[in-house]
Amino acid sequence: MGKESPDTILTIENLVMAFGGLMALYKPDIRVKRGSITAIIGPNGAGKTTLFNIITGFLKPDEGSVQFNGNSIKGLKPHEISKMGISRTFQTVELFDNMTVLENVMLGFHTKEIKSFILSGLRTSRLRNHENEIRKKSEELLKFIGLHQKWGEMANNLPLGEQKILEIGRALASSPTLLCLDEPAAGLNETESYRASSLINAIREKGTTILLVEHDMKVIMNISDQIVVLNYGQKIACGTPEEIQRNVQVIEAYLGDEGNYVKD
Amino acid sequence: MLKFSRIPVLIFSVAILLFPSIAQLVPAISHYTDILVFAGLYCLITIGLSLLMGYAGQISLGHAAFFGLGAYFSAVLTTRYGWNPWMVMVAGTLFTSIIAGAVGWPALKLKGHYLAMATLAFGIIVVIIFNEEIEITGGPDGLTRIPGLKIMGFAFNTVERYYYLVWVLVLAIFLFTANLIQSSIGRALRALHSSESAAMAMGVDAAKYKLLVFIYSAALASLAGSLYAHYLKFINPSTFNIFFGIKLLIMIALGGMHFLWGSIIGAIIISFLSYEWLQYFEELEILVYGGILLVFTVFAPGGLAAIPHMILEKVRTRK
Repeated sequence: MGKESPDTILTIENLVMAFGGLMALYKPDIRVKRGSITAIIGPNGAGKTTLFNIITGFLKPDEGSVQFNGNSIKGLKPHEISKMGISRTFQTVELFDNMTVLENVMLGFHTKEIKSFILSGLRTSRLRNHENEIRKKSEELLKFIGLHQKWGEMANNLPLGEQKILEIGRALASSPTLLCLDEPAAGLNETESYRASSLINAIREKGTTILLVEHDMKVIMNISDQIVVLNYGQKIACGTPEEIQRNVQVIEAYLGDEGNYVKD
Repeated sequence: MLKFSRIPVLIFSVAILLFPSIAQLVPAISHYTDILVFAGLYCLITIGLSLLMGYAGQISLGHAAFFGLGAYFSAVLTTRYGWNPWMVMVAGTLFTSIIAGAVGWPALKLKGHYLAMATLAFGIIVVIIFNEEIEITGGPDGLTRIPGLKIMGFAFNTVERYYYLVWVLVLAIFLFTANLIQSSIGRALRALHSSESAAMAMGVDAAKYKLLVFIYSAALASLAGSLYAHYLKFINPSTFNIFFGIKLLIMIALGGMHFLWGSIIGAIIISFLSYEWLQYFEELEILVYGGILLVFTVFAPGGLAAIPHMILEKVRTRK
């Protein structure tokens, strides 16, 4: 619990979160190294999504601290946390269905856009130039995630795999330093999940730290630097994929008979 | 992309511009200009409401009250204290905006039916105040002899002159609002409507935007109220009662709340229904409105403005 080291982007300490009588999280101390891909795994109900909701401001923890770049972000609102450089995706895809692919990404730039009511209503040339710039940046981002050919489609017309990719793209638009991905590969077929994990790798190459929750062991073992295992709200293990695969406690508590599956 | 094509707006503007001259030539429709003045005033309200309901997804039954606040603010200060009507109009819009902010800040934390109930209650309270504060508002009898509007010696003292004043304002507000919808603010509003949590995660301050649009729509209603008072020169509380609040919703449901121009179509049609075509129904008028609301919610929930899209969609799925 000492001083913040500059390599740590996110520090979670003594976190307690209960819903009524249910203890969702109980002091899972987590440190996320800058530039790493850290995965959080655990059986259903282990508290993974609750943890994400706390980090991104959707839930306020009962106790404990959440520090991002050395500053406490506990209790801040989601839009404030987004401004500080944390962006996220959702377990159930939460795209803006009533908007096009391009508009979804453009919304990701929201924190950097001119938001003056009067200027927007008058549509001044300064605003138009700014809008064009955002549009260009969004198109570049679409190229990076490989969806530029579908820019004009309504978001809900994309297949699930591309919706997940688009959601990552939208989250990237706010140029986060920490990107939280909630089950980016859930429901995807082999090709789609391969595409998703290469995208995640490419994002890390650009220097963005990634924190992800995932069930797909293949994806996790392939891309993570560090894995944190949660069970009933507590941290039961933490280490590299190899260490986790060999960890007896993890295999017993979480993987059980499926231990073999991990070595696939 | 959400784009407003200029041609329909241009055609509509020209039609509005030419209408009074045409109406003058045809005795049977010469009084339509007068009806369109009221329609224009309602448009000011429905444009704001359509932004609030169709784009930001918030229901308000209280906009009749904001309309009334503007009207009474103008009427009281110009008749009793002889203040300049234009100054009062601006001050009234600011005053109503502040009230809207104070009401909206807690109310917008509510969702769906609860928000509708809260705004409904606000509307009822305001009308009670209009009725009971006789010393200021004149009570149920209302206020008379409200001065007309004039600017540098030019008086808006004919129906045609007032018609142009109102409709130029409607077109300006329409363009302003259309621009707003296409801007980052409009995108944020549509995003909120679609997935509030995702919008918040992308840095959209949901509470701020809802309040901002609520205030904007209230300010427009207030402006319409001031213009109404100076046009009719007489106001009483019954104009601003809850039935009018619901009528505003019917205008939007009929026109289509997801398209800005739907709010204009709805306001015009309902104005003609209530001032012209449904005159013989008298009190039964309300049944017709109920019927319209029912038919549209069941068969065309997107309103008139969405019907071309519905047909296109049908044709496409046939193939």
